[in-house]
Amino acid sequence: MSHRARQLRVSALARVEGEGALNVVVGDGGVERTELRIYEPPRFFEALLRGRAHTEPPDITARICGICPVAYQLSACHAIEDACGVTVPEPVEALRRLLYCGEWISSHALHVYLLHAPDFLGHPDAITMAADHRDAVERGLALKKAGNAVLAAVGGRPIHPVNVRVGGFYRAPTRADLAPLTAQLRAALDIALATVRWVAGFDFPDLELDHELLAVHEDDRYAITRGRLVSSGGSDFPVSEFSSHVAEHQVPHSTALHATLDGRRYLTGPLARYTLNHAQLSPLALRAAAEAGLGPSCRNPFRSIVVRAVELVYAVDEALRLLSSYEPPEPSFVEVPARPGVGHGVTEAPRGLLYHRYAIGADGLITAAVIVPPTSQNQAAIEADLHALVSANLALPDEELTPLCERAIRNYDPCISCSAHFLDLTRSRA
Amino acid sequence: MHPPTLAVWKFTSCDGCQLTLLDCEDELLALAGAVRIARFTEASSAVSPGPYDVSLVEGSITTPEEAERIREVRAQSKVLVVIGACATAGGIQALRNFADVEEFRSIVYASPQHIETLATSTPISAHVAVDYELRGCPIDRGQLLEVLSAFLVGRKPDLPNASVCTECKRRGLTCVMVADGTPCLGPVTHAGCGALCPAYRRGCFGCFGPVDQPNITALTAQLRVCGLSEDAIDRAFRTFNDFRQGVGT
Repeated sequence: MSHRARQLRVSALARVEGEGALNVVVGDGGVERTELRIYEPPRFFEALLRGRAHTEPPDITARICGICPVAYQLSACHAIEDACGVTVPEPVEALRRLLYCGEWISSHALHVYLLHAPDFLGHPDAITMAADHRDAVERGLALKKAGNAVLAAVGGRPIHPVNVRVGGFYRAPTRADLAPLTAQLRAALDIALATVRWVAGFDFPDLELDHELLAVHEDDRYAITRGRLVSSGGSDFPVSEFSSHVAEHQVPHSTALHATLDGRRYLTGPLARYTLNHAQLSPLALRAAAEAGLGPSCRNPFRSIVVRAVELVYAVDEALRLLSSYEPPEPSFVEVPARPGVGHGVTEAPRGLLYHRYAIGADGLITAAVIVPPTSQNQAAIEADLHALVSANLALPDEELTPLCERAIRNYDPCISCSAHFLDLTRSRA
Repeated sequence: MHPPTLAVWKFTSCDGCQLTLLDCEDELLALAGAVRIARFTEASSAVSPGPYDVSLVEGSITTPEEAERIREVRAQSKVLVVIGACATAGGIQALRNFADVEEFRSIVYASPQHIETLATSTPISAHVAVDYELRGCPIDRGQLLEVLSAFLVGRKPDLPNASVCTECKRRGLTCVMVADGTPCLGPVTHAGCGALCPAYRRGCFGCFGPVDQPNITALTAQLRVCGLSEDAIDRAFRTFNDFRQGVGT
């Protein structure tokens, strides 16, 4: 028996957040194993939250991710408010949704233009890409800036906003504070629509995935800040039942935990949201999706860039709608006195759903915390994609297959908890 | 003349401080013309070998591998700038320094033997010499641009070494501690944010870390007047930065 081992090494899995590597083992019978290996050093957030006050998780958990801190802040707020039996008034909820739209705009613009588009246009990064596509990069930066302007106006600053508290906001911005956003977002809406047209023209490798899809759902609007959970397999349950459906387990090759939905592999994020919730998109976003050739579902992960662009249109459109009817919530927050109990919260982070659960003790301090981030939920699906992709492209030489694998990972905008540095693709053939 | 080279490095962190560089939307392309971004993994798959003229280092040291790697980064960098609370003080994950990391590991992971980590989270300066420090969780975008601009013209960066109180007064804000009785770490916290939290009627929570010679004793007394329990005061001084390190209470 001939023994020929091939090893591909890529020094860095770039343009993602998180430290990871990849192992693909190919034997006589085809692909034997695909492992997305996550080396991101553990930071033990769930442990260090124990003994902290019930008011602290929004600020502390924001520090899990510099790219989606609002997702962490609001999942935390919802879980604690749930534990304490408090529901915030609608004007506070609307302001939260506006803030969250800012994060979607900023994060999606970052991913579409600076992290993902270079893959389709053959550049190592957006700065190099600007030599050929300066207008496009400037559009992306302007869009990102508009999202950051929303985050700064409502939250105080784009990264780790300071204005979010359990029960609402420290201070509600006045109408005058937010007035400059309208013109900036109107310009951003044109850019977002142009973005959909731009990315719809890219070439997409063939790949159809069959993962079960899971998303937060609301009947009357595209779910971002709250809702129940629905799946393409027919699951439909409230967030309080999350832990009876979703199980996390540790795998030796990763510092992130893998999750399953009722024992099955599943996917969250833009593809899941679009497929399950497109009926709740605004007319403008739906029209943009149709013009981009998206049907009622999207199951090619390489086309996730188109879905993100459609979600950019939606988030800008929705932010403008919220601004046009904005009245500062009065008061800006409701009191949330601590009471012993357990609470659950879920929101749609830009890259997928984010669940928090807290147990609060009689002294008002956190006794237990569970955080299930999007990328740990998506990890098994990413590995399955790699398996399908490598199996279908075994004839490709290493120097083409390895970048394709990297692109397959980047399709999911993984937040491997913040910055990743290398991909080792080991491909051995017996 | 070749433009100077810039490298961006990540250790244990959330990516927020290096993201600040990409958040310079108006300056990014100009900056990329003035320096050559030789290594910035979050933004580019192209990597040029060192040495580098300036390195920006984000994150704290929490694994044996990181303790090795920071030495290599230092050796390849003419100027090393550490950015953010993790890199300058160990960050939020330094809370483990007061706890039993074995217990932490078993709370989060079912099979803790697979998880390699150090018992402490330490700042970069505990391992190698550092040229400049940018405080904050996250850093301030203006301060980052100031450091890079100063480097490009060969001058020292102008970074404030005062407390948040001075920025608060300069903005003409009403003191939240005096007027509202809201606990505020502004008197002992390093300036740089522009008194962001007081502008939102919130007390400073110290994300830029302590000023030189913070008067912890005086502030502790004031926090008691605001109604904080001793435990709550302990938590306030130990979140994103440890205010009592080397100070005593």
